[in-house]
Amino acid sequence: MTAIAPPVAATRSARARADRRKQGWVRRTPLLPALVFTIIVTQLPFVLTLWYSLQSWSLVRPGSRQFVGFANYADVFSDSQFRTTALNTIIMTVGVVLIAMVLGVALALLLDRKFLGRGVIRTLLITPFLVMPVAGALVWKTVMLDPTFGIVNFILRPFGIGHFNWIGSLPLGSVMIEMIWQWTPFMMLLVLAGLQSQPTDILEAASTDGARPLDIFRELTLPHLRRYIELGIVLGAIYVVNEFDAIYMMTQGGPGISSANLPFYIYQRAFLGFQVGQAAAMGVVVVVATIIIATFALRLIFTSFSGTEQAA
Amino acid sequence: MARRRGAGLTATGPATPSVSRRAFLAGASGGAALALAGCATGAEQLFTGGGSGTTVTVAIVSNPQMQDAISLSHLFTQQHPDIHLKFVSLPENEARAKITADVSTQGGEFDVVMISNYETPMWSANGWLANLQPYIDNTRGYDAQDFLPQLRATLSHKGDLYSVPFYGESSFLMYRKDLMTQAGIKMPAHPTWTQVVQIAERMHDAKKGRAGICLRGDPGWGENLAPIDTAINSFGGRWFDMSWRAQLTSPEVERAVGTYVSVLQKYGEPGAPEAGFSECATLYGQGDAAMWYDATSAVGVIEDPQSSKVAGRNGYAWAPSQNGRPSGWLYTWSLAIPATCPHKQAAWDFVAWMTSKSYIKTVGSKLGWSHVPPGSRFSSYQIPQYKKMSKVYGPLTLASINATNTAHPTVKPVPYTGVQFLDIPEFQDLGTNVSEQLSAAIAGQQSAASALSQAQRYAQAVGDSYRKS
Amino acid sequence: MMASADTTTAGTGVAAAAPRPVVARKKKDRNSLTWGIVGWVVGILFFFPVLWMVLTSFKTEAEAYTNTPHLFFSPTLSQYRTVFDSGLWPYVANSAFATVVSTALVLLLATPCAFALSLRPVRKTRDVLFFFISTKMLPVVAAIIPIYIAARDLHMLDNIWTLVILYTAMNLPIAVWMMRSFFLEVPHELLEAAEMDGAPLRRTMREVILPVVAPGIAATALICCIFAWNEFFFAVNLTATEAATVPVFLVGFISSEGLYFAQLAAAATIATLPVILAGWVAQRYLVRGLSFGAIK
Repeated sequence: MTAIAPPVAATRSARARADRRKQGWVRRTPLLPALVFTIIVTQLPFVLTLWYSLQSWSLVRPGSRQFVGFANYADVFSDSQFRTTALNTIIMTVGVVLIAMVLGVALALLLDRKFLGRGVIRTLLITPFLVMPVAGALVWKTVMLDPTFGIVNFILRPFGIGHFNWIGSLPLGSVMIEMIWQWTPFMMLLVLAGLQSQPTDILEAASTDGARPLDIFRELTLPHLRRYIELGIVLGAIYVVNEFDAIYMMTQGGPGISSANLPFYIYQRAFLGFQVGQAAAMGVVVVVATIIIATFALRLIFTSFSGTEQAA
Repeated sequence: MARRRGAGLTATGPATPSVSRRAFLAGASGGAALALAGCATGAEQLFTGGGSGTTVTVAIVSNPQMQDAISLSHLFTQQHPDIHLKFVSLPENEARAKITADVSTQGGEFDVVMISNYETPMWSANGWLANLQPYIDNTRGYDAQDFLPQLRATLSHKGDLYSVPFYGESSFLMYRKDLMTQAGIKMPAHPTWTQVVQIAERMHDAKKGRAGICLRGDPGWGENLAPIDTAINSFGGRWFDMSWRAQLTSPEVERAVGTYVSVLQKYGEPGAPEAGFSECATLYGQGDAAMWYDATSAVGVIEDPQSSKVAGRNGYAWAPSQNGRPSGWLYTWSLAIPATCPHKQAAWDFVAWMTSKSYIKTVGSKLGWSHVPPGSRFSSYQIPQYKKMSKVYGPLTLASINATNTAHPTVKPVPYTGVQFLDIPEFQDLGTNVSEQLSAAIAGQQSAASALSQAQRYAQAVGDSYRKS
Repeated sequence: MMASADTTTAGTGVAAAAPRPVVARKKKDRNSLTWGIVGWVVGILFFFPVLWMVLTSFKTEAEAYTNTPHLFFSPTLSQYRTVFDSGLWPYVANSAFATVVSTALVLLLATPCAFALSLRPVRKTRDVLFFFISTKMLPVVAAIIPIYIAARDLHMLDNIWTLVILYTAMNLPIAVWMMRSFFLEVPHELLEAAEMDGAPLRRTMREVILPVVAPGIAATALICCIFAWNEFFFAVNLTATEAATVPVFLVGFISSEGLYFAQLAAAATIATLPVILAGWVAQRYLVRGLSFGAIK
């Protein structure tokens, strides 16, 4: 008996391993189509971009295409405009995401209360997120913020600031106002979802126990909302960092480059200067920087997720 | 299990939202079917019933005169039933970017492109455009000699036309004759910048909301840089010397830019740093400015009673020139055929129609004589109705265009051509960068001197690349 | 309207003293009135730009360019007539096609993917998720010239399928993330019960999991539709006549020689209307889907 046992055990464990491997592939298969599709459609252009970034190539000067190694990258890092637009990008992203989130929380708390016409108000409040970004930016630029014919200045006229040049004097601010207007509903919806998924009995118990509303909010609601807020910040940041439409429509990055962010600046290099190599190098630098920053940020988020991941 | 508000969970398990799911799927598949049907046959064919024949794709800039052409294009298709037209109309910057991307990579997306006298000399030298001269010579009654000679010169390469003008413009000074008469000011026919500044000071009335002068301030190599460049030229300045050394910090340029920036800041329109042609047209047309230095084609807006409150009250003077030499710019929107076009004759048929004498008469009679594309043909100004309408500004328009000299735009010799731009491929980028600095100076964010020293650095980089090659 | 069934009204069984409910109710009434006023003011403020855009679209250009904005005026449909005369429908068809097909593709690809990443976890789940999100960090602007040249070489310029493919890739990461969290929300009891029944995976999927996740799928689909319909950059750079979408149509109304507030407002209203209506009608899916299992 014992003489036969080892080979049987060996085949059994081999079969078990083969089974596990097959199981692994069965589990993996559903995710392959999406993964393969994404790899092809996103990584191929990225590889091409890398390849172009090593060349000096002006689309409008034929015969100028040549391999220059890392010269474009050196240009990128010594370009003061690149640094300025990078700073603009950070200001814009942090400002828009945070302010939109704060407003979103406030609005969600408002919508959580019962009052007449709450549904209508919610409908009105989500509209800015649905508006086409180019349309929204156009409307803000012409109908709202125009120094002579805009509504905002009209309303401010009794206060003496009736001719303020929003787009000219406050370019980054104007773009940020438009973007906050567009993204607040998104944050509001996420936080509202969080508020409405709160177990009411705990809240009731706390309030019967005599806790003040502010304390309840701070000790019970806010921790529960933390995940929703984090998701909102991550998703919002991803989209706001790459914002193009609003800047293109409202300020074209100006005056100077005071309202240009990195995507817009790269666009100018590619479609105004037709400097393919330089634009590509900038793109690569931005990707690498974003991934580095995002790795740190996402690690923070994922630690708060990790508990429930094991549960699944 | 904690009870959750609004979650729809009952005690026995999740409520099956089958109705909503079915409705969603039905809606989605219905929409998909509709859209698929629409696009399987080519949505555009479904709606226009296009059949066989040649399709000519035209890329144009969405200016009013071009929109007019689109609206009249059915007349062309009536005459040429075998040609099917498709238009791509975009704002100037976007149109330029798309057209350049397509033509420079030989993408072949477009059969007819709207370019200008900026692209034509460079692209014809690169071999990217079809030589139109043979087609012109074969088209009876086209009369290319009728085009203004300066336009013909800037659109030709080695004596052959590579694009044909749709409309042309120079620049001149428009002013409110009624207000000047009231104030007892007589505008000289050839004002200098100094005189213009003085008049602007007298006519500026902040309380009444009337600017002394309206000038472009918005960034763009074809925006604020166009008038500023003419000022630079007329103050005796230049961008590069013959050895491609940048000259933007020279005293002449500093004086020119300083004058422009300061008159705009002191007596200019509100929102100047973003004001382009359209904004100024609106402001001036609403009576909020006493003078406006800009394109001769602006008359289409300010003399149109439908859109302007000041129609018929304007006087016109030559472009301000500090040194007395004609300083107006020269610009023309023109139509060209990329070399990659597979059906050049059909494309030419359309181009010829849109730039012909009969088109001009058609536009005038069908849409009104203020819609006539200005400044391209001598004969336009001989048509009685148009002659009468353009009595005040017509002769000056023609004279301004004819007085331009793109080959020698500056007092001192320069290695480039072009009046308000430099005819080099890098100028779109360089000009935009410089104009952004100048716009920031107009906004008061920096001094004109610091804007120019930044501009000098940009220009130097470009100049270096030319010196090396 | 959110069904906010107050499940605890009858449950507490606390016999409140008679006067307290009256006082409490009066206070609640006053509170809800204050919140009502605040709510309405805030709602109208946020909605105001859209409202003004729609109002402007019914004005003549002269009316739109007054120094003092007019709230009351005689409306005209001429701007809308101009917009419709400019051949709007092919653009709408293209947008609809690109939106619906790319969203369908996204759901098709993302659902199994999210399933694999949640209910049947694979090793390196976190890495895969991170990879998906990282693809959204590439500024598409930098890759546009390679994409343009690739599209040209493949003769895919001005082809609606190019947009479909790009929109699918654009929305896939978000869809995977969202759907994964909805899958994670499926109660264990259900899964275990189905497994104990010995049901095959497909049937479990169809009869047990999908009904639970359906609001989440609807929410994901809505988000994808919104982003696809509103997308501008790819559309304007990779299409010309055949495949141009509604944002491109809108931009064609911006003329650099003459501002047309009213006409632009009309075009903008028409351009944004479908998504606004869809969002209004389906907003409960959005909220319900997000709350039903949003974040895990």
